[in-house]
Amino acid sequence: MDWTALWLSVRLATATTVVLLAIGIPMAYWIVFSPRRWKFVIEAIVALPLVLPPTVLGFYVLIAIGPLSPVGRAYARIAGHGLPFTFEGLLLASVLYSMPFAVQPFSTEFASVDRRLLEASWTLGVSRLETFRRIVLPLSIRGIVSGVVLSFAHTLGEFGVVLMVGGNLPGVTRTVSISIYDSVQSLDYGAASQTSLLLLIVSFLILASTYGLQRSVWVKPR
Amino acid sequence: MTLDVRAAQRFPSGFAVDVMLACDLRGGSMLVLFGPSGAGKTTILRQIAGLERPDRGSIRFGDDVWFDSARGAWCPPQGRRLGVVFQQPTLFPHLSVLDNIRYGGVRHVSDTVMPLVADIAARPTKQLSGGEAQRVSLARALARGPQLLLLDEPFASVDTPTRSRLRRDLRSLLQQLETPAILVTHDRTEAMAMGDLVAVVIDGRIRQVGAVADVFSHPADAAVAASLGVESVLPARVTAASQGLLTVAIGAAALHVAEREPIAVGAHVYACIRAEDVTLETAQDAGHASVRNHLGGTIVSIASEGPIDRVTLDCGFALDALITRRSRDELQLVPGSRVTAAIKATSVHLVPLG
Repeated sequence: MDWTALWLSVRLATATTVVLLAIGIPMAYWIVFSPRRWKFVIEAIVALPLVLPPTVLGFYVLIAIGPLSPVGRAYARIAGHGLPFTFEGLLLASVLYSMPFAVQPFSTEFASVDRRLLEASWTLGVSRLETFRRIVLPLSIRGIVSGVVLSFAHTLGEFGVVLMVGGNLPGVTRTVSISIYDSVQSLDYGAASQTSLLLLIVSFLILASTYGLQRSVWVKPR
Repeated sequence: MTLDVRAAQRFPSGFAVDVMLACDLRGGSMLVLFGPSGAGKTTILRQIAGLERPDRGSIRFGDDVWFDSARGAWCPPQGRRLGVVFQQPTLFPHLSVLDNIRYGGVRHVSDTVMPLVADIAARPTKQLSGGEAQRVSLARALARGPQLLLLDEPFASVDTPTRSRLRRDLRSLLQQLETPAILVTHDRTEAMAMGDLVAVVIDGRIRQVGAVADVFSHPADAAVAASLGVESVLPARVTAASQGLLTVAIGAAALHVAEREPIAVGAHVYACIRAEDVTLETAQDAGHASVRNHLGGTIVSIASEGPIDRVTLDCGFALDALITRRSRDELQLVPGSRVTAAIKATSVHLVPLG
Protein backbone atom coordinates (compact mmCIF):
# COMPACT_ATOMS: atom_id res chain seq x y z
CA MET A 1 0.00 0.00 0.00
CA ASP A 2 1.12 3.52 -0.80
CA TRP A 3 1.42 4.96 2.73
CA THR A 4 3.10 8.13 1.45
CA ALA A 5 0.10 8.92 -0.73
CA LEU A 6 -2.33 8.15 2.09
CA TRP A 7 -0.45 10.43 4.49
CA LEU A 8 -0.40 13.20 1.88
CA SER A 9 -4.17 12.87 1.37
CA VAL A 10 -4.82 13.06 5.12
CA ARG A 11 -2.62 16.16 5.41
CA LEU A 12 -4.34 17.79 2.44
CA ALA A 13 -7.83 16.98 3.76
CA THR A 14 -6.97 18.30 7.23
CA ALA A 15 -5.51 21.53 5.89
CA THR A 16 -8.46 22.03 3.54
CA THR A 17 -10.93 21.49 6.38
CA VAL A 18 -9.14 23.97 8.64
CA VAL A 19 -9.13 26.61 5.90
CA LEU A 20 -12.79 25.97 5.10
CA LEU A 21 -13.71 26.27 8.76
CA ALA A 22 -11.95 29.63 8.90
CA ILE A 23 -13.46 31.12 5.72
CA GLY A 24 -16.66 29.05 5.44
CA ILE A 25 -18.24 30.32 8.68
CA PRO A 26 -17.95 34.02 7.75
CA MET A 27 -19.16 33.22 4.22
CA ALA A 28 -22.18 31.30 5.51
CA TYR A 29 -22.89 34.12 7.98
CA TRP A 30 -22.84 36.63 5.14
CA ILE A 31 -25.05 34.46 2.92
CA VAL A 32 -27.65 33.98 5.66
CA PHE A 33 -27.71 37.40 7.32
CA SER A 34 -26.78 39.87 4.59
CA PRO A 35 -29.69 41.98 3.34
CA ARG A 36 -28.05 42.18 -0.14
CA ARG A 37 -30.37 41.02 -2.86
CA TRP A 38 -27.63 39.76 -5.17
CA LYS A 39 -26.29 37.30 -2.61
CA PHE A 40 -27.83 34.45 -4.62
CA VAL A 41 -24.99 35.02 -7.11
CA ILE A 42 -22.42 34.23 -4.42
CA GLU A 43 -24.46 31.21 -3.32
CA ALA A 44 -24.46 29.91 -6.91
CA ILE A 45 -20.70 30.42 -7.26
CA VAL A 46 -20.05 28.56 -4.00
CA ALA A 47 -22.26 25.69 -5.19
CA LEU A 48 -20.63 25.43 -8.66
CA PRO A 49 -18.20 22.59 -7.77
CA LEU A 50 -21.24 20.40 -7.05
CA VAL A 51 -22.14 20.29 -10.74
CA LEU A 52 -18.95 21.24 -12.56
CA PRO A 53 -16.67 18.40 -13.78
CA PRO A 54 -13.59 18.45 -11.51
CA THR A 55 -11.38 18.66 -14.59
CA VAL A 56 -13.04 21.94 -15.59
CA LEU A 57 -12.53 23.41 -12.14
CA GLY A 58 -8.97 22.09 -12.10
CA PHE A 59 -8.28 23.54 -15.52
CA TYR A 60 -9.37 27.05 -14.50
CA VAL A 61 -7.44 26.87 -11.25
CA LEU A 62 -4.35 25.75 -13.17
CA ILE A 63 -4.69 28.70 -15.57
CA ALA A 64 -5.39 31.11 -12.71
CA ILE A 65 -2.28 30.15 -10.73
CA GLY A 66 -0.02 29.42 -13.71
CA PRO A 67 2.88 31.65 -14.86
CA LEU A 68 0.63 33.30 -17.45
CA SER A 69 -1.73 34.85 -14.85
CA PRO A 70 -0.91 37.91 -12.71
CA VAL A 71 -1.85 35.96 -9.56
CA GLY A 72 0.51 33.13 -10.44
CA ARG A 73 3.36 35.53 -11.27
CA ALA A 74 2.83 37.52 -8.05
CA TYR A 75 2.91 34.34 -5.98
CA ALA A 76 6.02 33.11 -7.77
CA ARG A 77 7.77 36.42 -7.04
CA ILE A 78 6.96 36.24 -3.33
CA ALA A 79 7.40 32.50 -2.73
CA GLY A 80 10.23 31.88 -5.17
CA HIS A 81 8.35 29.10 -6.97
CA GLY A 82 5.03 28.73 -8.81
CA LEU A 83 1.83 27.30 -7.35
CA PRO A 84 1.07 24.53 -9.88
CA PHE A 85 2.31 21.07 -8.93
CA THR A 86 2.89 22.05 -5.28
CA PHE A 87 1.04 21.20 -2.06
CA GLU A 88 -0.12 24.83 -1.70
CA GLY A 89 -1.60 24.83 -5.20
CA LEU A 90 -3.36 21.58 -4.38
CA LEU A 91 -4.67 23.09 -1.15
CA LEU A 92 -6.09 26.11 -2.98
CA ALA A 93 -7.85 23.88 -5.52
CA SER A 94 -9.20 21.60 -2.77
CA VAL A 95 -10.60 24.52 -0.82
CA LEU A 96 -12.55 25.70 -3.87
CA TYR A 97 -13.58 22.17 -4.76
CA SER A 98 -14.90 21.30 -1.27
CA MET A 99 -16.34 24.72 -0.43
CA PRO A 100 -20.05 23.82 -0.94
CA PHE A 101 -19.60 20.83 1.35
CA ALA A 102 -18.69 23.20 4.18
CA VAL A 103 -20.63 26.38 3.41
CA GLN A 104 -23.98 24.74 2.65
CA PRO A 105 -24.32 22.75 5.90
CA PHE A 106 -23.14 25.83 7.84
CA SER A 107 -25.62 28.21 6.20
CA THR A 108 -28.54 25.76 6.37
CA GLU A 109 -28.00 25.41 10.11
CA PHE A 110 -27.49 29.16 10.70
CA ALA A 111 -30.72 29.89 8.83
CA SER A 112 -32.64 27.36 10.93
CA VAL A 113 -31.91 29.19 14.20
CA ASP A 114 -35.13 30.89 15.33
CA ARG A 115 -34.86 34.55 14.34
CA ARG A 116 -36.80 35.60 17.43
CA LEU A 117 -33.90 34.37 19.57
CA LEU A 118 -31.62 36.79 17.73
CA GLU A 119 -34.05 39.67 18.22
CA ALA A 120 -34.33 38.80 21.91
CA SER A 121 -30.55 38.91 22.17
CA TRP A 122 -30.33 42.31 20.42
CA THR A 123 -32.92 43.81 22.75
CA LEU A 124 -30.79 42.55 25.65
CA GLY A 125 -28.02 44.86 24.42
CA VAL A 126 -25.87 42.23 22.72
CA SER A 127 -24.36 43.18 19.34
CA ARG A 128 -25.10 41.24 16.15
CA LEU A 129 -21.64 39.68 16.00
CA GLU A 130 -21.71 38.72 19.69
CA THR A 131 -25.21 37.29 19.18
CA PHE A 132 -23.83 35.16 16.34
CA ARG A 133 -21.02 33.87 18.56
CA ARG A 134 -23.16 33.23 21.66
CA ILE A 135 -26.45 32.04 20.11
CA VAL A 136 -26.12 31.06 16.45
CA LEU A 137 -22.82 29.17 16.64
CA PRO A 138 -23.67 27.00 19.68
CA LEU A 139 -27.08 26.17 18.23
CA SER A 140 -25.48 25.28 14.86
CA ILE A 141 -22.88 22.90 16.19
CA ARG A 142 -24.31 19.92 14.29
CA GLY A 143 -24.24 21.71 10.95
CA ILE A 144 -20.66 22.76 11.61
CA VAL A 145 -19.64 19.21 12.45
CA SER A 146 -21.36 17.90 9.27
CA GLY A 147 -19.62 20.55 7.18
CA VAL A 148 -16.23 19.68 8.64
CA VAL A 149 -16.68 15.94 8.18
CA LEU A 150 -18.07 16.24 4.66
CA SER A 151 -15.35 18.56 3.41
CA PHE A 152 -12.69 16.29 4.94
CA ALA A 153 -14.18 13.19 3.29
CA HIS A 154 -14.72 14.96 0.00
CA THR A 155 -11.11 16.19 -0.15
CA LEU A 156 -9.83 12.73 0.76
CA GLY A 157 -11.51 11.31 -2.34
CA GLU A 158 -10.79 14.00 -4.91
CA PHE A 159 -9.15 13.00 -8.14
CA GLY A 160 -9.77 15.16 -11.21
CA VAL A 161 -8.86 18.48 -9.65
CA VAL A 162 -5.69 17.03 -8.13
CA LEU A 163 -4.61 15.55 -11.40
CA MET A 164 -5.07 18.85 -13.24
CA VAL A 165 -3.45 21.13 -10.66
CA GLY A 166 -1.01 18.86 -8.84
CA GLY A 167 0.02 16.24 -11.31
CA ASN A 168 1.57 13.12 -9.89
CA LEU A 169 4.65 13.88 -7.80
CA PRO A 170 5.23 11.25 -5.06
CA GLY A 171 5.06 12.81 -1.59
CA VAL A 172 4.12 16.21 -2.97
CA THR A 173 0.96 15.88 -5.02
CA ARG A 174 0.34 12.16 -5.48
CA THR A 175 -2.76 11.67 -3.35
CA VAL A 176 -4.31 8.35 -2.51
CA SER A 177 -6.82 8.36 -5.38
CA ILE A 178 -4.07 9.02 -7.92
CA SER A 179 -2.00 6.28 -6.37
CA ILE A 180 -4.88 3.85 -6.94
CA TYR A 181 -5.18 4.99 -10.56
CA ASP A 182 -1.42 4.44 -11.02
CA SER A 183 -1.63 0.95 -9.54
CA VAL A 184 -4.40 -0.03 -11.91
CA GLN A 185 -2.53 1.47 -14.88
CA SER A 186 0.47 -0.70 -14.02
CA LEU A 187 -1.82 -3.72 -13.50
CA ASP A 188 -0.93 -3.91 -9.78
CA TYR A 189 -4.47 -4.94 -8.76
CA GLY A 190 -3.33 -6.11 -5.29
CA ALA A 191 -2.15 -2.65 -4.19
CA ALA A 192 -5.15 -1.00 -5.85
CA SER A 193 -7.65 -3.19 -4.02
CA GLN A 194 -5.94 -2.74 -0.63
CA THR A 195 -5.93 1.06 -0.91
CA SER A 196 -9.45 1.17 -2.36
CA LEU A 197 -10.80 -0.94 0.46
CA LEU A 198 -9.16 1.30 3.05
CA LEU A 199 -10.61 4.42 1.42
CA LEU A 200 -14.03 2.76 1.23
CA ILE A 201 -13.99 1.86 4.92
CA VAL A 202 -12.75 5.30 6.03
CA SER A 203 -15.35 7.10 3.89
CA PHE A 204 -18.13 4.87 5.15
CA LEU A 205 -17.15 5.41 8.80
CA ILE A 206 -17.01 9.17 8.33
CA LEU A 207 -20.42 9.35 6.64
CA ALA A 208 -22.04 6.91 9.05
CA SER A 209 -20.88 8.97 12.02
CA THR A 210 -22.19 12.17 10.40
CA TYR A 211 -25.62 10.76 9.68
CA GLY A 212 -25.69 9.17 13.13
CA LEU A 213 -24.90 12.55 14.63
CA GLN A 214 -27.75 14.19 12.72
CA ARG A 215 -30.17 11.49 13.85
CA SER A 216 -29.19 12.21 17.46
CA VAL A 217 -27.90 8.72 18.14
CA TRP A 218 -25.21 10.10 20.41
CA VAL A 219 -26.19 13.70 21.00
CA LYS A 220 -29.15 14.38 23.27
CA PRO A 221 -32.06 15.93 21.35
CA ARG A 222 -32.51 19.63 21.77
CA MET B 1 -40.82 60.04 30.77
CA THR B 2 -42.51 61.14 27.57
CA LEU B 3 -42.91 58.68 24.76
CA ASP B 4 -43.38 60.37 21.42
CA VAL B 5 -43.91 58.22 18.33
CA ARG B 6 -44.65 59.58 14.87
CA ALA B 7 -43.84 56.74 12.55
CA ALA B 8 -45.06 55.69 9.14
CA GLN B 9 -44.04 52.39 7.63
CA ARG B 10 -45.31 50.43 4.63
CA PHE B 11 -44.58 46.72 4.22
CA PRO B 12 -44.17 44.79 0.94
CA SER B 13 -47.46 43.00 1.75
CA GLY B 14 -49.27 46.36 1.48
CA PHE B 15 -49.87 46.59 5.23
CA ALA B 16 -49.06 50.03 6.56
CA VAL B 17 -48.94 51.76 9.92
CA ASP B 18 -49.07 55.49 10.52
CA VAL B 19 -48.61 56.10 14.21
CA MET B 20 -49.08 59.32 16.18
CA LEU B 21 -48.68 58.66 19.87
CA ALA B 22 -47.56 60.99 22.61
CA CYS B 23 -48.01 60.12 26.24
CA ASP B 24 -46.39 60.49 29.61
CA LEU B 25 -45.21 57.20 31.10
CA ARG B 26 -44.43 57.59 34.77
CA GLY B 27 -42.46 55.02 36.71
CA GLY B 28 -44.55 51.90 37.23
CA SER B 29 -47.37 52.96 34.93
CA MET B 30 -48.52 50.92 31.98
CA LEU B 31 -49.72 51.91 28.52
CA VAL B 32 -51.86 49.29 26.79
CA LEU B 33 -51.92 49.09 23.00
CA PHE B 34 -55.37 47.64 22.47
CA GLY B 35 -57.03 46.62 19.23
CA PRO B 36 -58.19 43.73 17.08
CA SER B 37 -55.74 41.17 15.67
CA GLY B 38 -53.87 42.48 12.64
CA ALA B 39 -54.40 46.13 13.58
CA GLY B 40 -50.66 46.79 13.82
CA LYS B 41 -50.12 46.72 17.59
CA THR B 42 -47.11 44.41 17.38
CA THR B 43 -45.60 46.47 14.56
CA ILE B 44 -45.81 49.62 16.68
CA LEU B 45 -44.16 47.79 19.59
CA ARG B 46 -41.39 46.53 17.27
CA GLN B 47 -40.80 50.08 16.03
CA ILE B 48 -40.39 51.25 19.60
CA ALA B 49 -38.06 48.29 20.29
CA GLY B 50 -35.92 49.13 17.24
CA LEU B 51 -36.70 45.83 15.54
CA GLU B 52 -38.53 47.65 12.74
CA ARG B 53 -37.20 50.82 11.19
CA PRO B 54 -40.03 53.14 10.07
CA ASP B 55 -39.86 54.71 6.60
CA ARG B 56 -40.19 58.18 8.05
CA GLY B 57 -41.03 60.01 11.26
CA SER B 58 -39.43 60.03 14.67
CA ILE B 59 -39.41 58.06 17.92
CA ARG B 60 -38.30 59.69 21.16
CA PHE B 61 -38.33 58.53 24.74
CA GLY B 62 -37.49 61.14 27.37
CA ASP B 63 -34.35 62.86 26.12
CA ASP B 64 -33.32 59.98 23.85
CA VAL B 65 -33.89 60.21 20.11
CA TRP B 66 -34.24 56.62 18.89
CA PHE B 67 -35.22 57.42 15.34
CA ASP B 68 -35.55 60.58 13.31
CA SER B 69 -35.76 60.26 9.55
CA ALA B 70 -35.29 64.02 9.05
CA ARG B 71 -31.87 63.91 10.80
CA GLY B 72 -31.02 60.38 9.75
CA ALA B 73 -30.85 59.38 13.42
CA TRP B 74 -31.16 55.70 14.26
CA CYS B 75 -30.48 53.91 17.52
CA PRO B 76 -30.38 50.09 17.20
CA PRO B 77 -32.24 47.95 19.78
CA GLN B 78 -28.96 47.33 21.60
CA GLY B 79 -28.70 51.03 22.51
CA ARG B 80 -32.26 51.60 23.73
CA ARG B 81 -31.93 49.95 27.17
CA LEU B 82 -35.26 48.14 26.88
CA GLY B 83 -36.74 44.93 28.16
CA VAL B 84 -38.83 43.02 25.64
CA VAL B 85 -41.04 40.00 26.28
CA PHE B 86 -42.35 38.43 23.10
CA GLN B 87 -45.58 36.53 22.53
CA GLN B 88 -43.76 33.19 22.39
CA PRO B 89 -40.99 32.38 24.89
CA THR B 90 -37.57 33.17 23.42
CA LEU B 91 -35.30 31.50 25.94
CA PHE B 92 -31.88 30.46 24.66
CA PRO B 93 -32.24 26.66 24.77
CA HIS B 94 -28.51 25.93 25.24
CA LEU B 95 -28.22 28.14 28.33
CA SER B 96 -29.46 27.47 31.86
CA VAL B 97 -32.30 29.51 33.36
CA LEU B 98 -29.83 31.66 35.30
CA ASP B 99 -27.52 32.12 32.31
CA ASN B 100 -30.53 33.25 30.31
CA ILE B 101 -31.35 35.86 32.93
CA ARG B 102 -27.73 37.03 33.14
CA TYR B 103 -27.29 36.96 29.34
CA GLY B 104 -27.28 40.72 28.77
CA GLY B 105 -24.21 41.30 30.96
CA VAL B 106 -25.99 41.06 34.32
CA ARG B 107 -23.61 40.10 37.13
CA HIS B 108 -26.03 40.01 40.02
CA VAL B 109 -29.74 39.25 39.68
CA SER B 110 -31.54 41.64 42.05
CA ASP B 111 -33.68 40.44 44.96
CA THR B 112 -36.71 42.04 43.32
CA VAL B 113 -36.45 39.98 40.14
CA MET B 114 -35.15 36.71 41.58
CA PRO B 115 -38.40 35.63 43.37
CA LEU B 116 -40.06 35.51 39.95
CA VAL B 117 -38.02 32.43 39.05
CA ALA B 118 -36.78 31.13 42.41
CA ASP B 119 -38.76 27.88 42.11
CA ILE B 120 -37.60 27.08 38.55
CA ALA B 121 -34.06 28.47 38.50
CA ALA B 122 -32.50 25.01 38.73
CA ARG B 123 -34.67 23.38 36.04
CA PRO B 124 -33.36 22.65 32.52
CA THR B 125 -34.48 25.43 30.18
CA LYS B 126 -35.94 23.06 27.59
CA GLN B 127 -38.28 21.42 30.13
CA LEU B 128 -40.07 24.59 31.27
CA SER B 129 -43.79 24.97 30.52
CA GLY B 130 -45.02 27.97 28.51
CA GLY B 131 -45.92 29.96 31.62
CA GLU B 132 -42.65 29.15 33.37
CA ALA B 133 -40.66 30.10 30.28
CA GLN B 134 -42.48 33.45 30.11
CA ARG B 135 -41.60 34.08 33.77
CA VAL B 136 -37.94 33.55 32.89
CA SER B 137 -38.31 35.80 29.82
CA LEU B 138 -39.80 38.48 32.05
CA ALA B 139 -37.01 38.10 34.64
CA ARG B 140 -34.43 38.29 31.83
CA ALA B 141 -36.02 41.46 30.44
CA LEU B 142 -36.12 43.11 33.88
CA ALA B 143 -32.71 41.94 35.13
CA ARG B 144 -30.83 44.62 33.18
CA GLY B 145 -32.91 47.40 34.75
CA PRO B 146 -34.51 48.61 31.50
CA GLN B 147 -35.83 52.16 31.25
CA LEU B 148 -38.93 50.80 29.47
CA LEU B 149 -40.48 47.33 29.36
CA LEU B 150 -42.25 46.18 26.17
CA LEU B 151 -44.69 43.26 26.37
CA ASP B 152 -46.20 41.71 23.24
CA GLU B 153 -49.19 39.64 24.44
CA PRO B 154 -46.79 37.84 26.79
CA PHE B 155 -49.48 35.72 28.41
CA ALA B 156 -51.33 34.65 25.26
CA SER B 157 -49.95 31.11 25.31
CA VAL B 158 -50.47 30.61 29.04
CA ASP B 159 -53.40 28.93 30.81
CA THR B 160 -55.90 31.15 32.63
CA PRO B 161 -54.94 30.64 36.33
CA THR B 162 -51.25 31.12 35.51
CA ARG B 163 -52.12 34.19 33.47
CA SER B 164 -53.84 35.96 36.36
CA ARG B 165 -50.94 35.08 38.66
CA LEU B 166 -48.43 36.42 36.13
CA ARG B 167 -50.42 39.64 35.73
CA ARG B 168 -50.42 40.24 39.49
CA ASP B 169 -46.70 39.47 39.79
CA LEU B 170 -45.87 41.73 36.87
CA ARG B 171 -47.94 44.62 38.12
CA SER B 172 -46.41 44.64 41.61
CA LEU B 173 -42.89 44.15 40.20
CA LEU B 174 -43.19 47.10 37.85
CA GLN B 175 -44.43 49.27 40.69
CA GLN B 176 -41.54 48.19 42.93
CA LEU B 177 -39.00 48.79 40.17
CA GLU B 178 -40.78 51.97 38.99
CA THR B 179 -40.36 50.79 35.41
CA PRO B 180 -42.87 52.07 32.85
CA ALA B 181 -44.25 49.50 30.44
CA ILE B 182 -46.16 49.11 27.19
CA LEU B 183 -48.41 46.07 26.82
CA VAL B 184 -49.91 44.85 23.56
CA THR B 185 -53.17 42.94 23.93
CA HIS B 186 -56.45 42.24 22.15
CA ASP B 187 -58.05 41.01 25.39
CA ARG B 188 -60.23 43.74 26.91
CA THR B 189 -60.14 42.20 30.38
CA GLU B 190 -56.34 42.25 30.26
CA ALA B 191 -56.37 45.83 28.97
CA MET B 192 -58.56 46.92 31.89
CA ALA B 193 -56.78 44.86 34.50
CA MET B 194 -53.26 45.97 33.52
CA GLY B 195 -53.54 49.40 31.93
CA ASP B 196 -53.32 52.87 33.35
CA LEU B 197 -53.47 54.36 29.87
CA VAL B 198 -54.91 52.72 26.81
CA ALA B 199 -54.26 53.50 23.15
CA VAL B 200 -56.76 52.01 20.73
CA VAL B 201 -55.13 50.76 17.50
CA ILE B 202 -57.31 50.21 14.43
CA ASP B 203 -56.00 49.68 10.86
CA GLY B 204 -52.46 50.76 11.68
CA ARG B 205 -53.45 54.01 13.35
CA ILE B 206 -53.91 55.09 16.95
CA ARG B 207 -57.49 56.25 17.21
CA GLN B 208 -57.75 57.23 20.87
CA VAL B 209 -55.45 57.54 23.88
CA GLY B 210 -56.50 58.09 27.46
CA ALA B 211 -57.12 56.67 30.92
CA VAL B 212 -58.62 53.18 30.76
CA ALA B 213 -61.98 54.10 32.35
CA ASP B 214 -62.32 57.18 30.10
CA VAL B 215 -61.55 55.39 26.86
CA PHE B 216 -63.77 52.39 27.60
CA SER B 217 -66.67 54.55 28.77
CA HIS B 218 -66.33 57.28 26.14
CA PRO B 219 -65.03 55.88 22.86
CA ALA B 220 -64.13 58.68 20.47
CA ASP B 221 -65.96 57.30 17.45
CA ALA B 222 -68.01 54.36 16.21
CA ALA B 223 -64.98 52.28 15.12
CA VAL B 224 -63.34 52.62 18.52
CA ALA B 225 -66.65 51.83 20.22
CA ALA B 226 -67.07 48.71 18.09
CA SER B 227 -63.58 47.44 18.96
CA LEU B 228 -64.00 48.14 22.67
CA GLY B 229 -67.61 47.07 23.16
CA VAL B 230 -69.69 49.94 24.53
CA GLU B 231 -70.12 49.93 28.27
CA SER B 232 -69.89 52.23 31.21
CA VAL B 233 -66.62 51.35 32.92
CA LEU B 234 -66.62 52.60 36.50
CA PRO B 235 -63.77 52.47 39.01
CA ALA B 236 -65.15 50.77 42.13
CA ARG B 237 -64.20 48.95 45.31
CA VAL B 238 -65.67 45.76 46.79
CA THR B 239 -67.03 46.59 50.25
CA ALA B 240 -68.89 43.42 51.29
CA ALA B 241 -69.61 39.89 50.20
CA SER B 242 -72.36 37.54 51.29
CA GLN B 243 -74.18 34.57 49.75
CA GLY B 244 -72.78 35.05 46.28
CA LEU B 245 -73.61 38.73 46.24
CA LEU B 246 -70.92 41.41 46.31
CA THR B 247 -71.47 45.00 47.29
CA VAL B 248 -69.32 47.48 45.42
CA ALA B 249 -68.98 51.17 46.11
CA ILE B 250 -68.87 53.54 43.16
CA GLY B 251 -68.21 56.91 44.72
CA ALA B 252 -71.06 57.38 47.21
CA ALA B 253 -73.37 54.92 45.46
CA ALA B 254 -73.47 51.17 46.10
CA LEU B 255 -74.33 48.34 43.72
CA HIS B 256 -75.12 44.67 44.32
CA VAL B 257 -73.28 42.39 41.94
CA ALA B 258 -73.56 38.64 41.43
CA GLU B 259 -70.23 37.04 42.29
CA ARG B 260 -68.94 35.14 39.24
CA GLU B 261 -65.39 34.63 40.44
CA PRO B 262 -64.09 35.10 43.96
CA ILE B 263 -62.98 38.68 44.57
CA ALA B 264 -61.68 39.74 47.97
CA VAL B 265 -63.43 42.42 49.98
CA GLY B 266 -61.44 45.62 49.64
CA ALA B 267 -60.28 44.84 46.09
CA HIS B 268 -60.26 47.61 43.49
CA VAL B 269 -62.26 46.72 40.41
CA TYR B 270 -63.86 48.16 37.29
CA ALA B 271 -67.63 47.72 37.27
CA CYS B 272 -68.76 47.34 33.64
CA ILE B 273 -72.38 47.98 32.75
CA ARG B 274 -73.80 47.75 29.22
CA ALA B 275 -76.18 50.57 28.36
CA GLU B 276 -78.79 48.07 27.08
CA ASP B 277 -78.88 46.43 30.54
CA VAL B 278 -79.92 49.63 32.30
CA THR B 279 -83.69 50.11 32.72
CA LEU B 280 -85.13 53.54 33.50
CA GLU B 281 -88.11 54.09 35.80
CA THR B 282 -89.72 57.30 36.84
CA ALA B 283 -89.78 57.88 40.60
CA GLN B 284 -93.45 56.89 41.04
CA ASP B 285 -93.48 53.41 39.57
CA ALA B 286 -90.48 51.84 41.32
CA GLY B 287 -92.06 48.42 41.79
CA HIS B 288 -91.20 45.15 43.43
CA ALA B 289 -89.24 43.25 40.82
CA SER B 290 -86.23 40.95 40.98
CA VAL B 291 -83.92 43.80 40.05
CA ARG B 292 -81.39 44.31 42.83
CA ASN B 293 -80.16 47.78 42.07
CA HIS B 294 -82.12 50.99 41.98
CA LEU B 295 -80.11 54.16 41.60
CA GLY B 296 -81.62 57.60 41.70
CA GLY B 297 -80.23 60.07 39.17
CA THR B 298 -80.75 63.04 36.91
CA ILE B 299 -80.74 62.92 33.12
CA VAL B 300 -77.78 64.85 31.76
CA SER B 301 -78.34 64.38 28.05
CA ILE B 302 -80.30 62.35 25.51
CA ALA B 303 -78.72 61.43 22.19
CA SER B 304 -80.62 59.79 19.39
CA GLU B 305 -79.10 56.65 17.82
CA GLY B 306 -81.76 55.82 15.22
CA PRO B 307 -84.88 54.34 16.86
CA ILE B 308 -82.91 54.02 20.12
CA ASP B 309 -82.03 56.86 22.45
CA ARG B 310 -78.90 56.95 24.56
CA VAL B 311 -79.66 58.55 27.89
CA THR B 312 -76.76 59.69 30.03
CA LEU B 313 -77.49 59.91 33.74
CA ASP B 314 -75.72 61.39 36.69
CA CYS B 315 -76.17 58.95 39.59
CA GLY B 316 -73.14 60.21 41.45
CA PHE B 317 -71.22 58.76 38.50
CA ALA B 318 -71.97 58.82 34.76
CA LEU B 319 -74.14 55.97 33.54
CA ASP B 320 -75.56 55.34 30.05
CA ALA B 321 -78.91 53.69 29.34
CA LEU B 322 -80.36 52.68 25.96
CA ILE B 323 -84.15 53.02 25.66
CA THR B 324 -86.59 53.09 22.77
CA ARG B 325 -88.01 56.35 21.46
CA ARG B 326 -91.44 55.12 22.56
CA SER B 327 -90.39 54.57 26.19
CA ARG B 328 -88.87 58.00 26.23
CA ASP B 329 -92.13 59.53 25.06
CA GLU B 330 -94.23 57.51 27.51
CA LEU B 331 -91.99 58.39 30.46
CA GLN B 332 -91.69 61.99 29.20
CA LEU B 333 -87.94 62.00 29.71
CA VAL B 334 -86.04 65.22 29.13
CA PRO B 335 -82.65 66.44 30.36
CA GLY B 336 -83.05 67.35 34.01
CA SER B 337 -85.73 64.68 34.76
CA ARG B 338 -85.31 62.69 37.95
CA VAL B 339 -85.33 58.94 37.22
CA THR B 340 -84.37 55.64 38.81
CA ALA B 341 -81.95 53.38 36.98
CA ALA B 342 -82.58 49.67 37.57
CA ILE B 343 -79.71 47.25 37.00
CA LYS B 344 -79.83 43.50 37.63
CA ALA B 345 -77.04 42.18 39.81
CA THR B 346 -76.15 39.73 37.03
CA SER B 347 -75.72 42.54 34.47
CA VAL B 348 -72.75 44.10 36.23
CA HIS B 349 -69.36 42.63 35.28
CA LEU B 350 -66.43 43.19 37.57
CA VAL B 351 -62.84 43.29 36.34
CA PRO B 352 -60.32 43.14 39.18
CA LEU B 353 -57.32 45.45 38.77
CA GLY B 354 -53.86 43.95 38.37
